[in-house]
Amino acid sequence: MNTHIKFDNVTVKYGSKTAMKNVSIDIPRNEIFGIVGPANSGKTTLLKCINRTLEFVSSASLTGTVSINGEDTSRIKNVYSLRRCVGIVFPLPVGLPLSIYDNVAYAPHLVGMRRGPELDAFVEKCLTQAMLWDEVKDRMHMLGTKLSGGQQQRLTLARALSHEPEILCLDEFSIAIDPVTTMKIEDVLVELKQEKTIIMVTNLVQQARRIADRTAFFNNSELVEVNDTETIFTNPENPMTSDYLTGAFG
Amino acid sequence: MDTSPANSVNPGRQGQKPRISVAWSEFTITWIIRLCGWSAIFFVLAIFFFIFREAAPALFGGLDMTEFFTSPNWRPSSDVEPQYGIFALLVGSLLLTAIAMLVAMPLGLGAAVFISEFCGGKTKEVLKILVELLAAIPSVVWGFIGLMMLGPLITSWTSASVGVNLLNGGIIVALISLPLVVSIGEDALKAVPDSYREAAISLGASRWEVVYRVLFPAAKNGLLAALLLGVGRAIGETMAVLMCTGHAINIPKSLYDPMRTLTATIAAELGETVHGDLHYQALFAIGVVLFAITFVINLIADIIVKGIRNDKTA
Amino acid sequence: MTKQHNMLSLSQQTVNVFASTPLERRKLIRERIAKVFFSLVVAAMIIPVLLIIGYLFYRAWPVLSWSFIFDNPKDNMTAGGMWAPLVGTFYLAIISLMIDAPIGILAAIYLNEYAPDNWLTRTINLAVLNLAGVPSIVHGLFGVGAFVLFAGMGKSVIAASCTLAVMSLPVIITATREALASVPMSFREACWNMGATKWQTIRTIVLPNSLSGILTGVIFEICRTAGETAPILFTGVVFFTPVADTGLASVFPYAASDACMALQYHLFLLATQIRGVSETMQFGAAAVLISITLFINSVSITLRVYLRSRKKW
Repeated sequence: MNTHIKFDNVTVKYGSKTAMKNVSIDIPRNEIFGIVGPANSGKTTLLKCINRTLEFVSSASLTGTVSINGEDTSRIKNVYSLRRCVGIVFPLPVGLPLSIYDNVAYAPHLVGMRRGPELDAFVEKCLTQAMLWDEVKDRMHMLGTKLSGGQQQRLTLARALSHEPEILCLDEFSIAIDPVTTMKIEDVLVELKQEKTIIMVTNLVQQARRIADRTAFFNNSELVEVNDTETIFTNPENPMTSDYLTGAFG
Repeated sequence: MDTSPANSVNPGRQGQKPRISVAWSEFTITWIIRLCGWSAIFFVLAIFFFIFREAAPALFGGLDMTEFFTSPNWRPSSDVEPQYGIFALLVGSLLLTAIAMLVAMPLGLGAAVFISEFCGGKTKEVLKILVELLAAIPSVVWGFIGLMMLGPLITSWTSASVGVNLLNGGIIVALISLPLVVSIGEDALKAVPDSYREAAISLGASRWEVVYRVLFPAAKNGLLAALLLGVGRAIGETMAVLMCTGHAINIPKSLYDPMRTLTATIAAELGETVHGDLHYQALFAIGVVLFAITFVINLIADIIVKGIRNDKTA
Repeated sequence: MTKQHNMLSLSQQTVNVFASTPLERRKLIRERIAKVFFSLVVAAMIIPVLLIIGYLFYRAWPVLSWSFIFDNPKDNMTAGGMWAPLVGTFYLAIISLMIDAPIGILAAIYLNEYAPDNWLTRTINLAVLNLAGVPSIVHGLFGVGAFVLFAGMGKSVIAASCTLAVMSLPVIITATREALASVPMSFREACWNMGATKWQTIRTIVLPNSLSGILTGVIFEICRTAGETAPILFTGVVFFTPVADTGLASVFPYAASDACMALQYHLFLLATQIRGVSETMQFGAAAVLISITLFINSVSITLRVYLRSRKKW
């Protein structure tokens, strides 16, 4: 297995509360890695560890090692370029109070890309991949905050794609989106996995079954089981896993 | 291909800013911001330091400290025997503040209750704007109003012989402190959760009962803070007091007596002193006393307000 | 006969559940009295003030004219206009703003965006509160000790402006903090997730969207600075300094190291120190000063209402 991201005995605490306990996991390259589990089981915390936005929570403490491409993330000097390598989409849609164009052009501007046909084409590409281009191509000057919730969520996805990350993290992205658009985005994710490693946290167990190559089950801040999607759904080792996946709890 | 995040230079980007200069400019700007943040402490310490510096010779030897605080005789320009007792001034300041608060607190809190609980929408907006405009009137203008308008009113309606006196100053300072009391009182009432109001109303309470049975007890810390900050404002008022309380440095025996406060004394006399002489230093010493008083008041008010926040999070 | 009797007793037996009891009626009356009482309190506050201001303008009316504003004071202040003091007030307000706006805004940015939750931050917050509570004359004493004497500025525009700047710092800091805090946290997180640094996020998203609040704070500060007299009494104003009547020198009359005249001080002088000034003239000066502060404050309020209606989220 070509490991892209590795968690080595990682424990995360918010003050005295444990959010993640002794998690060791290998996330392979160029695959869709699904993470399922009930609420408060540490799934979102895992994503925050990858791009080091855990540092913004003042009470958070992390022990253990998170490494990307074999390199310990806590030792990386330029944390901003690390964050540019990781695209992340959270459940609540966020449109920045800029025009739609500027929302997607924000990250390219940060690295010095100037206005011009190349940037225009790139913005269009990101919006197309996020399944938003057709709806907004005639009103690119409109404020991002005035879009509907589902559109803002796709805008967030376009922003996540706009800094060309190697790793794309999605945290329950389909909550604010209708089922048809969700399916279309899932098709895009399957295409994108050839270039990127995709980590998908989801509450919709069937979504993991549809597109995830490997799936991990978290419960109560701990990693319970991780395996090929097919295996974990048909023949899980841990009885708790099969209980959750069949809907007995959660 | 090993694309380690630390080395990846997103291919295809032109005009990429060198990582090092971004890190350096971020470092510099963060430190500038940090220094500006710490400047508030620096300024408070500086204020204390510089007035203490000018007052120091008087505080440590030039003046008899017991006499300073207990004697009502402030006669710095006396040829015979200069005296530097601030007791009369202290009493003057305290009495003026007391009268001002006696007028301002009921009026201000009443207005705060009305604005917060008894009116809605447009009326609320208009009233809040009026209170803000009231706060914008400079204290010199208030002093002028006291001198030219309230003074004659006082002499014609009461037995006062002079229009500029304790009563005049008290009313004017009350008007000056009013907007502060209204806005802080309103904040305190707004901070009480709506659930309290809803619970009381569902039990059958009228709006007035909600106010005095539920809101006042719940907001008492905030209302106390409003009182303290109003007191701080009143004690510190200078120009208006200078213009409408008269020039007599005596302990006032009635509302109609002219008197002097600590603040007005400094404003009136500093111009006539020579830099470095005892009178000059004594005036700075009064400044130190004023600084200490308002510092303590603000500290207490802050602790009380924090008490609310701790209660809320508990 | 019996049927009618029965029907009567039936209607007598029906009780209206929603009829008000005597207790409720008393409560309703008390509520109405309370409402009337409180509106009287507010009226007692507002109506006298409106009357006072109206009377002020009424007394000032004979002397108010364009020449009152644009002429210099003449004849030992007993005649002429308010030009030199007006210019002085304007200079003091603008220069003190130029000094404390950058420091205040950056300090607020520190407190809202960078400051960790520790004792140092609590101390800074306390210091800001105290700075706001220091009496204006004590600020004046500080100005004398620190700027006039220690920094060697002498009694000058710059010393007075520095003193006013320190006095107004808490106003700017508080207004800016509120403006910054009104920007939702989710915007900042979205930018950090894209690899933006804290300052880049502040510069591109937080500051541009707080500008309206910052502006209202700044304008309010100008208004206060234009009215404060105690801090400048001994740090920069004088009774009289000659100012040209026309030409460029009448608009830029003071060098930073000169002392100046100021309208708030001028009013004080006219009312208390100078003999032979007509009451109309005094009222005129007061009217001009109050008009300026009310005007500036109204601009600030209008700006705030307008910008709130154009909210971007």
